[in-house]
Amino acid sequence: MTLLRSNTPAQAMPSANASAGAGRGAASMKMLLITVLGWTVALVIFFPILWMILTGFKTEAAAIADPSFIFSPTLESYEAVQARSGYARFALNSVAVAFGSTFLALLIAIPSAYSMAFLPTRRTKGTLLWMLSTKMLPPVGVLVPIYLIFRDVGLLDTRTGLIIIYTLMNLPIVVWMLYTFFKDMPKDILEAGRMDGASTLQEVFFLLLPLTLPGIASTGLLSVILSWNEAFWSLNLTSSKAAPLTAYIASFSSPEGLFWAKLSAASTMAIAPILILGWMTQKQMVRGLTFGAVK
Amino acid sequence: MATLQLNNITKRFGDTSVLKGIDLDVNDQEFVVFVGPSGCGKSTLMRIIAGLESATDGDIVIDAQRMNEVGPADRGLAMVFQSYALYPHMTVEGNMGFSMRLAGVPKEERRAKVLEAAKVLQLEPLLDRKPKALSGGQRQRVAIGRAIVRNPSIFLFDEPLSNLDAALRVQMRIELARLHDKLNATMIYVTHDQIEAMTMADKIVVLHDGVVEQVGSPMALYHHPANRFVAGFIGSPKMNFFNVDLLSVSPEGVYIRLPGGGECTVPADGHTLEQDATLELGVRPEHLVLDEAGALSGQIEVLERLGGQTSLYVRMGELLVTLMADGDVGYRVHETVRFSFAPERAHLFDSDGRALASLTQHPLAGLTRQDNRTPGAAEAPV
Ligand SMILES: Nc1ncnc2c1ncn2[C@@H]1O[C@H](COP(=O)(O)OP(=O)(O)OP(=O)(O)O)[C@@H](O)[C@H]1O
Ligand SMILES: [Mg+2]
Repeated sequence: MTLLRSNTPAQAMPSANASAGAGRGAASMKMLLITVLGWTVALVIFFPILWMILTGFKTEAAAIADPSFIFSPTLESYEAVQARSGYARFALNSVAVAFGSTFLALLIAIPSAYSMAFLPTRRTKGTLLWMLSTKMLPPVGVLVPIYLIFRDVGLLDTRTGLIIIYTLMNLPIVVWMLYTFFKDMPKDILEAGRMDGASTLQEVFFLLLPLTLPGIASTGLLSVILSWNEAFWSLNLTSSKAAPLTAYIASFSSPEGLFWAKLSAASTMAIAPILILGWMTQKQMVRGLTFGAVK
Repeated sequence: MATLQLNNITKRFGDTSVLKGIDLDVNDQEFVVFVGPSGCGKSTLMRIIAGLESATDGDIVIDAQRMNEVGPADRGLAMVFQSYALYPHMTVEGNMGFSMRLAGVPKEERRAKVLEAAKVLQLEPLLDRKPKALSGGQRQRVAIGRAIVRNPSIFLFDEPLSNLDAALRVQMRIELARLHDKLNATMIYVTHDQIEAMTMADKIVVLHDGVVEQVGSPMALYHHPANRFVAGFIGSPKMNFFNVDLLSVSPEGVYIRLPGGGECTVPADGHTLEQDATLELGVRPEHLVLDEAGALSGQIEVLERLGGQTSLYVRMGELLVTLMADGDVGYRVHETVRFSFAPERAHLFDSDGRALASLTQHPLAGLTRQDNRTPGAAEAPV
């Protein structure tokens, strides 16, 4: 339309339009290909989860029969799972542990990331790398000492114990992510705040946190998800009282055999809350993860 | 009342020495401009005055009080940043009132003060907007408003206009000058824009490599530069420099031989010169005049007609001499021209780049910006 208003000679118009039309055709073709490709990859990734959800609605017999998409759905497995053990108790533990450890990790990580981002020393880069390197240690390597310590101080099978372990487990990633978000924050704004009379705490609460909220939210979300899905420590350090949903799922693969339908139903119930949380916050999440790139 | 003294300020970042002993006196209500090439330490000096950076050595004294250990908010200063540094999540009103909010000033009082400042800066219709919804010039005004609200005794500006387009820059420059007259505050202003420095300053501080090269009024710096650096830095287009031979020194001045063989006496104090000293002669493009009988000559290489003026770039051996001439001169490229200058307009520099003191004082050299106004004239409305 803008072309019409410009003083392009009239005879130039059709060819300009034609080439634009051809360009649009090629572009939409490319768009279609990308869309199809995107959906294919997404489906491949999502397929196991889909299969699990479907299996949850089958009978045990149907679950081990030839794989099929056509079956008469039943809530049999869900009823059986509910009857056997209280989902709610495990779910509550999961919520408490995931959010508790995330809260604690943020509480520790925000001041650490602040000091590393705004008051760096010669060793800051090294500290960050070292922190991340602790994630490379296989957890089994420290299972025995941690188990013994937990036993001696009475943290076995307690939510507090799991919260401590998860906090420590996620701290490197949380600090690292917050550090990158804080680094992207223009220093001038904090300095303007200091000129305006803000103390360090006021600087953090009135300027830094509101301005990096998307980043903090996505960091927190990641920490919640990681804690929610963690199975190694929860299986080894809890038995009944503080057991979260991962332990609940595991309890369906018992020595008497695997119950595919019930296991699937339990797993579906275990991942449902985090799936819904992720769905609801995906805008925040994407915005947070691309914060540095866009701003 | 606000005066500022800097005593022997030095600043090192690790092994690099950025400021090498800065001494400066800023008087009450003065408009002081720091100029200098990029990286000379202007911002660093400004940040040390503000308290955002600590000096490695030396004293910062505001109103006879040593401020080195005083926090930035308690020095009675306000700073306007080059990037504006507005709080993006707050409205204009929130931005301007933030310092008062931190200080626990009640809401009504805060609003009244913000409104007062907004009126001065014509920001009233924008008070509820977020910075994102403002133009560059409006953002700049909000940043200035945020400073005004704090009622500081000294304003600090670090290249506040460099993000604005040329037309807006001129407008803001005038607004800032008016604001200075209206607020009667001391202002310190960093820029590397010549015109801003020359037009706004009562006092220009020329910095170079962490050293103060010269302090003085714009006219003093233009007419009596202390050294070759200041001579080349102040004034646009740049001053021309010629190597000349010293012939003799007399009470009337220094007798020299120009390139091309002409001779003249520059009225400068040469009594400290050695017999065979090497000298450099500096003449500003606007002080070179086309002259059939002139002692200097060369071939025109480039000719730029600006209408009212013509810039001639004249080749003299190694040198390309810039010459500002009348708009109507009839010369063409590759023609040879002769030109001369009035000896009292010329500057002489010794081998260390120091200017020889002029024997005649330029009548305007003592002039400050304040003197441009008719005494007793009504205050211009802001
Ligand atoms: N935090 C720092 N660490 C190390 N060097 C620094 C630091 N801040 C500034 N410098 C150095 O100090 C010198 C002066 O910097 P400064 O920002 O004061 O220059 P400037 O005069 O404001 O330049 P410009 O006109 O480009 O703004 C530069 O060489 C710069 O690299
Ligand atoms: Mg600077």
